[in-house]
Amino acid sequence: MSLSKQILKPALLAKRAFAASQIIPNRTIVHRYNDNVYHVSGTRTDKSKYGGRYMVTALPGDGIGPELIGYVKEVFRYGGVPVDFEEVHLDSSRDDVDLLEQAITAVKRNGVAIKGNIETRHNDPNCKSRNVELRLRLGLFANIVHVTSQPGIETRHQDIDIVLIRQNTEGEYSSEEHTSIKGVVESLKVITKTRSDEIARYAFEWAKNNGRKKVTCVHKANIMKLSDGLFLSRCTEMAKEYPELEFDNIIIDNCSMQLVANPNQFDVLLLPNLYGNILTNLACGITGGPGIASGRNYGKDYAVFETGTRNTGKSIAGKNIANPIAMMNAGVDLLYHLGLTDHAQVIARAIDKTINVDKLHTPDLGGQATTTEVVQNIVKEVQKHA
Amino acid sequence: MVFLRAAAARLGQLAPAITSRAIGTSATNNLVAFHEPVSRPQQNIKCTLIPGDGVGPELAECVKAVFSAISVPVEFEEVFLSEIHHTISAPLETAMESVRKNGICLKGTLETPLSMSSGELQTWNMRIRKDLDLFANVVHIKSLQGIKSKHNNLDFFVIREQTEGEYSALEHESVKGVIECLKIVTERKSRRIAKFAFDYATKHDRKKVTAVHKANIMKLGDGLFLRCCQEISQLYPSIKFEHMIVDNTCMQLVSNPHQFDVIVTGNLYGNIVDNLASGLVGGAGVVPGASYSSDCVVYEPGSRHTFGGGAGKNVANPTAMLLCAAKMLHHMNLHYYAIQIRDAVEKVIKSGKVRTRDLGGYASTTDFLGAVIAHLPH
Repeated sequence: MSLSKQILKPALLAKRAFAASQIIPNRTIVHRYNDNVYHVSGTRTDKSKYGGRYMVTALPGDGIGPELIGYVKEVFRYGGVPVDFEEVHLDSSRDDVDLLEQAITAVKRNGVAIKGNIETRHNDPNCKSRNVELRLRLGLFANIVHVTSQPGIETRHQDIDIVLIRQNTEGEYSSEEHTSIKGVVESLKVITKTRSDEIARYAFEWAKNNGRKKVTCVHKANIMKLSDGLFLSRCTEMAKEYPELEFDNIIIDNCSMQLVANPNQFDVLLLPNLYGNILTNLACGITGGPGIASGRNYGKDYAVFETGTRNTGKSIAGKNIANPIAMMNAGVDLLYHLGLTDHAQVIARAIDKTINVDKLHTPDLGGQATTTEVVQNIVKEVQKHA
Repeated sequence: MVFLRAAAARLGQLAPAITSRAIGTSATNNLVAFHEPVSRPQQNIKCTLIPGDGVGPELAECVKAVFSAISVPVEFEEVFLSEIHHTISAPLETAMESVRKNGICLKGTLETPLSMSSGELQTWNMRIRKDLDLFANVVHIKSLQGIKSKHNNLDFFVIREQTEGEYSALEHESVKGVIECLKIVTERKSRRIAKFAFDYATKHDRKKVTAVHKANIMKLGDGLFLRCCQEISQLYPSIKFEHMIVDNTCMQLVSNPHQFDVIVTGNLYGNIVDNLASGLVGGAGVVPGASYSSDCVVYEPGSRHTFGGGAGKNVANPTAMLLCAAKMLHHMNLHYYAIQIRDAVEKVIKSGKVRTRDLGGYASTTDFLGAVIAHLPH
């Protein structure tokens, strides 16, 4: 049997298994790499499930994180969701290593977490970003942000539906910086074949399983011919195995312009780390700002859900004006991930009605509503299913 | 210096733990917050009810009466199951299908004939546990005010693996006059129960897990169990891990039970420790328990006695079953009703006016039930 056939075989098996889970939106379950079939967090979610109730780690983080996760819990309670939270208060005020260890082990044993962002102090070179540390240690190589236009929110472009899949663990985020000569700093951007293959495989599988048509690889291979060139060539190579998907590539600067000028041309964007970071924020911006889209981080074993733009929102913390929708959507993602589809749909519908029909918008969307008003409206909608 | 920093770090960790605990308790005491309807996407909550043998059916009626007194939105799917009354029992498969479908069950104890008639070594209780994979049994040993006992204010959990070990139902006569009974210990199940115990401890804010074993004699079998517990404990740095030999545990339990927080143990030891610990706080009639699989949970009295002698005499104590029902409602997110039932039962026992025979009184089951219903808010 040729090698290509061997690779194809698990794909066929996987496809059949997916038939039933097709209804669950935006969920990739199997990831293949080096001829091994890896289950991307799908199988390990039963790690702390007893009697049908799940235990999920909550890392509230800084800024608006704690209040937003509090609201998610409240909505879950009204929704009768069989999920209990184990909270680990990891924030920037204390920088002991024990706490980070505690957070990582908590995610490891529960398999799933919901997370607010942890602020990183810029000026201290010894203080590593704990968000990055967490992603690296848990091997969360894929970040997915799905932005869609909300009919209730006025934006320049309509009918946007873009999925951004971002490599989450290498590239510019290597934390390798040094001063070789005084006054000269070198920051290493690391691209590896293994990690590029991994994310490309994930993106194509995801696109295929979720009925997407086109994958666009974003890069800057005209300047960084070797590093971004490697990423691009791995993606191009991988694309040949998925003839049913259209494959395209675009340079990052052009992509940014196209995104604000004509975003409807994009379907799935496949991105290295830093470009991904910038474009996810940009994409969130054109669909209503940081308060709407949620982000999902997947690794082989673990899954962490957070807001799409990963902002702490420290300036608006405690003022009751933060938009709770992004974190609420992260909660919905979490429920889909756990397979609690009924509960997820109830809450998703409540969110949809609140922003698109009742048009209760917080100030970031140009509305007058407070955070609690939005949450109360969601609770009210959820209760209608009682 | 290092020592000081570690201490400071620990202090730092303590603060959020304390606040989160405080929030937890205030929320459970705040009845108003829970008095709002909770969404049920699957409409009404269905629950399988297996009354069991002996006094089981009477106790099941008590639960139903209490539920209807405060209109708990739970619908029972009753399956009469009995191994000693073959002719009127529903097939075992029907019951298990029902539990699988509903995911939740309230169960009395099934009487098991001591002698074997059919050649089947597994009892129905065992088959239910095996087939549904109810691997973890949790018994909550909690002193109730109003019950006289040697030790007061006890509050600990006994967690027992109940799908392997001595209950393998593998027994044979290798040479005439020599019977071998196989005790099976596997790494997978040992790790699973250890993880369950630590997760349970985390969820209930407990600080210590004690593994109970006999690895000094059964070096390989119980040794494996102990090793798995030790490995899993590494993942839970904030919970203290200890181990203790089963004979010593029994002595410690009757002399100084306050040292225990969560006990995790194998099948037979668990069975014995469960019953011993139940005896500390008032016996079989007052201790609730639950068995968990990944998908299902079965609530049943903590020490499983059918009390066949008391059947039909209206003397059984319904406390254990009612507390089981309250725990079940918590599991279903119906905290409001759960707290009402638990409070009512505690008040009746604390007042000490209505006591069933096991607690030294003369009240009947119906008297006790009436008192509980009278204490429920209307």
